[in-house]
Amino acid sequence: MISVRSLSKRHGARLVLEQVSAEVARGETIAVVGPSGGGKTTLLRCLNYLESFDEGEVVIAGTTLRPGMGRRDAALLRGMRTRVGMVFQHFNLFPHLTALDNITLAPRVVRGAGRISAELKARDLLGKVGLADRAGAYPHELSGGQQQRVAIARALAQQPDVMLFDEPTSALDPEMRDEVMAVIAELARGGMTMLVVTHEVQFARDIASRVWVIDRGRIAEDRRLRP
Amino acid sequence: MTRHAGLALLVLLAACSSGTEEHGDTLARIRARGEITWGADIQGGEPYVYEDPADPRHLIGFEVDIMDAIARRLGDAAHPVKARMAQYTWSNLVPSLERGDFDVVMNGLEATDERKRRILLSEPYYIYGETLTIRAGDPYRSVFDLAGKRVGTLNQTYAHDILRMLAFDWVPYEGNEEPYRDLVLGRTDAVLLDNIIADRYGCIPANPTLRCLPYDIARGTYVIGIRKADPDLKQAIDQALAAMRADGELRRILEKTRLWDERQTDLVPSESVSARKRRFDREMVVQFLEAAWVTLELSVLSFLLAVPIGMLLAVARTYGAPPVRAYARVYIELFRGTPVLLQLFVLYYGLGEVVRLGPMSAAVLGLGLNYAAYEAEVYRGALLAIPRGQSEAARALGLGPWQTLRHVLVPQGLRLALPPMTNDFVALLKDSSLVSTITVIELTKRMSVAAIDLGSYLIPGLLCAALYLALSLPLAELARRLERRLGRDQRPLAL
Repeated sequence: MISVRSLSKRHGARLVLEQVSAEVARGETIAVVGPSGGGKTTLLRCLNYLESFDEGEVVIAGTTLRPGMGRRDAALLRGMRTRVGMVFQHFNLFPHLTALDNITLAPRVVRGAGRISAELKARDLLGKVGLADRAGAYPHELSGGQQQRVAIARALAQQPDVMLFDEPTSALDPEMRDEVMAVIAELARGGMTMLVVTHEVQFARDIASRVWVIDRGRIAEDRRLRP
Repeated sequence: MTRHAGLALLVLLAACSSGTEEHGDTLARIRARGEITWGADIQGGEPYVYEDPADPRHLIGFEVDIMDAIARRLGDAAHPVKARMAQYTWSNLVPSLERGDFDVVMNGLEATDERKRRILLSEPYYIYGETLTIRAGDPYRSVFDLAGKRVGTLNQTYAHDILRMLAFDWVPYEGNEEPYRDLVLGRTDAVLLDNIIADRYGCIPANPTLRCLPYDIARGTYVIGIRKADPDLKQAIDQALAAMRADGELRRILEKTRLWDERQTDLVPSESVSARKRRFDREMVVQFLEAAWVTLELSVLSFLLAVPIGMLLAVARTYGAPPVRAYARVYIELFRGTPVLLQLFVLYYGLGEVVRLGPMSAAVLGLGLNYAAYEAEVYRGALLAIPRGQSEAARALGLGPWQTLRHVLVPQGLRLALPPMTNDFVALLKDSSLVSTITVIELTKRMSVAAIDLGSYLIPGLLCAALYLALSLPLAELARRLERRLGRDQRPLAL
């Protein structure tokens, strides 16, 4: 599902990622851990090309990403992004839209889904993340944990093959982490292919099939926890 | 801005200072000082008072010569008197005289009944004929053929009074050349002005399509304006003028500038038409309301033009490719860095031969294009204030650049831009008074016309201010509601 080949990225003279290579099979859940500044988040952002890289290539959900992709590859990148969902540390919900509209925006605008079918799907997803009754709420009316769960539903609404989580719980109070982690664990059990950047070691052990320890731009350790 | 400040000052002065200024000893002070100051406007141009092309620091013109001669005759060998010109906007000359800014007015000031009631007028130093200028081939032969047509003239002149008395659709100008330029371009159907102006600016080789009717529509006189409290000064000036007439000096001065004609030796014209004295009545209130409507219409249309252009410019400057960014920047700096008055002049008069815009369309276009530059920077600031995570989230969901703008950035940006936009609209409402320079009669222009008619700035000034507030206050309230509606996801943080 994901194939990373000799991926390197520089910030100026500093090498952020150095010759990273890895394979992720369908249905695997990878917990990405390691010290701050080691390159975890950068690797994740390279996988859906929110950041470009300098060498190597990535094949993800059937799309090959190379250094220097630009305007000419815009359609290719957008197609890839509908198949790769992403959840951010700070949720990044659209503050001017309700929870429901946050979820239906991409299906309607990008894929041209009708309002009714998009909203049916969105309500179903809200139910799955435990927020069936908050469809009409604006982000500022929701707690951090609720916002992150809406953000997960928003990413799932595109029916992605792969989900990328960038420290999904580190901006949350401890009591809200559990509700978000429960949603992620449920997704893992359902067979979603996922990469989760996290500092929660216990959580990583509980849900991940593999753990990558990333340090100084390399995968220092790739440990399989369960088949 | 200075216009509004000036208006406020005038209202204040009219309110507090009427009657408190003491004059009456002007002649004595002139003789003691050895100097008479006279108000004029060099925008009146050749042949009245203008900068010498050979030496622009030096003023020349037949009025300079006449005033120098009068000054000489006011003094004597022991106490010579010199004349010094003070530059004022023509339409403010009489109020400035009354305020005591200078000793007398001399600048093509016509002897009208209205002025006679307000200030003292000297004996005439020049007799002119009102000349009707039309396009060659048009069938008009007298002013009466022009009912329902647009006739251009200078603001607050005798010709202006004639047109108003006939209840014609008059178009007021501030400069000598512009009325004829608009006549050539077909924006007006005729121009009624003094023969001096018609001969020098209208029926000249540069305007082969214009024709001046050979007879005078009316005759009038140019006189010197003196404060009511100075009858002795009037007497001294009249004596000087009579002496200049008797010894031929007046004729020599007028011949020098080829102004001497048979009109000068005809009998001085008797009382002629004058605009009826106006009172503050229902009709005037209706005119003010109409002018307020023009101001509102102008501001709304200009803003409706400025908003989309400003948005395009902001997007171009923020997200465009380098050449697009550069173009947007040049536009913004050009329109923001030059006076809107200049832009209106260029649009209406400068480009008049290429694009024939009516005054209202030129005004809307000029203000709209100018304000677009300001709106562009407001929107750019708003776009930059939206957290980066918003466009990243949109991109990660597969939205393209335009979809991201339309569904994510612009709605949030508008919310941020609303308070400065309201600010700009209120500013536009007041800046719209600048378009009176391209003949649109809006609220401020109506105020100054009414102030001249009534002989006081007090009531028109207060009414004008009240109407501007009546336009801007509901707007501010509307913006406040809109802000609350758009900003329901945003609350101010407690300090």
